[in-house]
Amino acid sequence: MNRVHSVLRRWSTRWLFPIVALMLGGCAGPQSALDPAGQGAEDIARIFWIMVIGATIIWITVIGLAIYALRLKPGPHHRRRSGVWIIGGGVIAPTVILTGLVIYSLAFLPQLLARPPEGSLQIKVEGLQWWWRVTYLENGEPDFELANEIHLPVGEPVEFLLSSPDVIHSFWIPALGGKVDMIPGRETRLTLMPTRTGTFRGVCAEYCGASHALMNFTVVVEEPEDYQQWLAEQRSPARQPAEELTILGRELFVSSGCGACHSVRGTDANGRIAPDLTHVGSRHKLGADVLPNDRASFERWIRHTDDVKPDVLMPEYHSLDAAELTALAAYLESLD
Amino acid sequence: MSRISDPEYMQPTEEQDRFWILFASPTIWAIHLLACYITAAIWCAKFGETESAFTTVRIAFAVYTVVALAAIGWLGWIGYQQQRRVTDKTPHDDDTPLDRHRFLGFATLLLSGLSAIATIYVALVAVFIGSCD
Ligand code: HEC
Ligand SMILES: [Cu+2]
Repeated sequence: MNRVHSVLRRWSTRWLFPIVALMLGGCAGPQSALDPAGQGAEDIARIFWIMVIGATIIWITVIGLAIYALRLKPGPHHRRRSGVWIIGGGVIAPTVILTGLVIYSLAFLPQLLARPPEGSLQIKVEGLQWWWRVTYLENGEPDFELANEIHLPVGEPVEFLLSSPDVIHSFWIPALGGKVDMIPGRETRLTLMPTRTGTFRGVCAEYCGASHALMNFTVVVEEPEDYQQWLAEQRSPARQPAEELTILGRELFVSSGCGACHSVRGTDANGRIAPDLTHVGSRHKLGADVLPNDRASFERWIRHTDDVKPDVLMPEYHSLDAAELTALAAYLESLD
Repeated sequence: MSRISDPEYMQPTEEQDRFWILFASPTIWAIHLLACYITAAIWCAKFGETESAFTTVRIAFAVYTVVALAAIGWLGWIGYQQQRRVTDKTPHDDDTPLDRHRFLGFATLLLSGLSAIATIYVALVAVFIGSCD
């Protein structure tokens, strides 16, 4: 008995507790559907919990009956009564329970799919290999563009217009709501309603190539005043470099041809292929949420792009020396 | 001569047993699903903008569902009659033509029940989703 005890104890400290802790760790945090911060996510989490509780009750009942039949009362059972269990538990109960669940979850659909009221905030998001082009719309017309980051005012419905120019992606902010596919040649829609402020993480939820797992974005839900201030900053053209280092950086940006792919509003760089860099320094993360936003990361991104993101569609710049790289990084960092 | 004592009736040969009725009900369920899916897809693509488009889709779903359930119900009834032949004691697992016959009937009945429920689930979608969006 003691041996069993110590084996059990060893087993639980070694495996059970760490694994449970690891699993529970996934329940909170910026990318959890079980820690909702939006209406859709709240509905989905409720459906999830009801199903978990229901499934647990059914599981316990079935296992309990199995133990009863095999251990507590082995041997032949009353034919009539077993028949009741088989028909009742095997046919009628599943039908009733499944019908209930189907109706319960279907009833949420209209609410999850409903369009927001006329005049609500609209944001167009394109999924590309392997980043997100985000365009804020004003009366249906493009207002300004950025990449890999979305800010939302708390308590207001927002409608996302989703599409893709290359392959199928899927737009998912687990903390706010359900996911919707981005399909080439089509425009899909998703309405979300953030209910509390915070910084959350969005992901691509449909395998889209080598760096699919490195295609994420930051979602900041904030108070309306903070949101308005952010809008004003993002709308404005890029900050002009003022120091020697950042001025050199801008020259390198031009001479290296970065502007063929990237735009920096207020300069000649107006490429449309790659993320808009006008305010890249203000973003939470770099490269679609794979590097922190600091000078070292800019350097690493420009020099070792393909190491950071396999198969990335941006060339690596090996010709820049260390000083030039620092200047270029300093310039990008100054674009806040 | 009563039907029960007719030896041919009692012992249907393999040729006489209708194997197809076993999977007829699931086939109707599949056709019902396809019909609903295709109708909704085409109708919403062509007339999705108009208010009444989805009403038409709902009516179509209702008609398909009534027809499908009637057919499934009829097949289930045939199966029920068939498994009850001579006696309705299950199981039918003797190696005889009669038990094969009754087994087929019983399986048809169960599959018809399953198909009926599945068909209703498909139709339920149109009850809860009210528009082409
Ligand atoms: C051939 C087109 C192309 C050129 C030229 C190019 N880039 Fe990029 N760049 C991209 C693409 C595509 C991405 C998005 C990659 C991804 O995240 O999958 C990107 C991403 C970036 C990012 C990350 C943006 C963000 O939102 O986090 C930075 C910073 C960047 N590039 C800087 C540069 C600099 C500096 C140069 C010039 C030295 C340059 N790029 C040249 C295509 C290009
Ligand atoms: Cu992806």
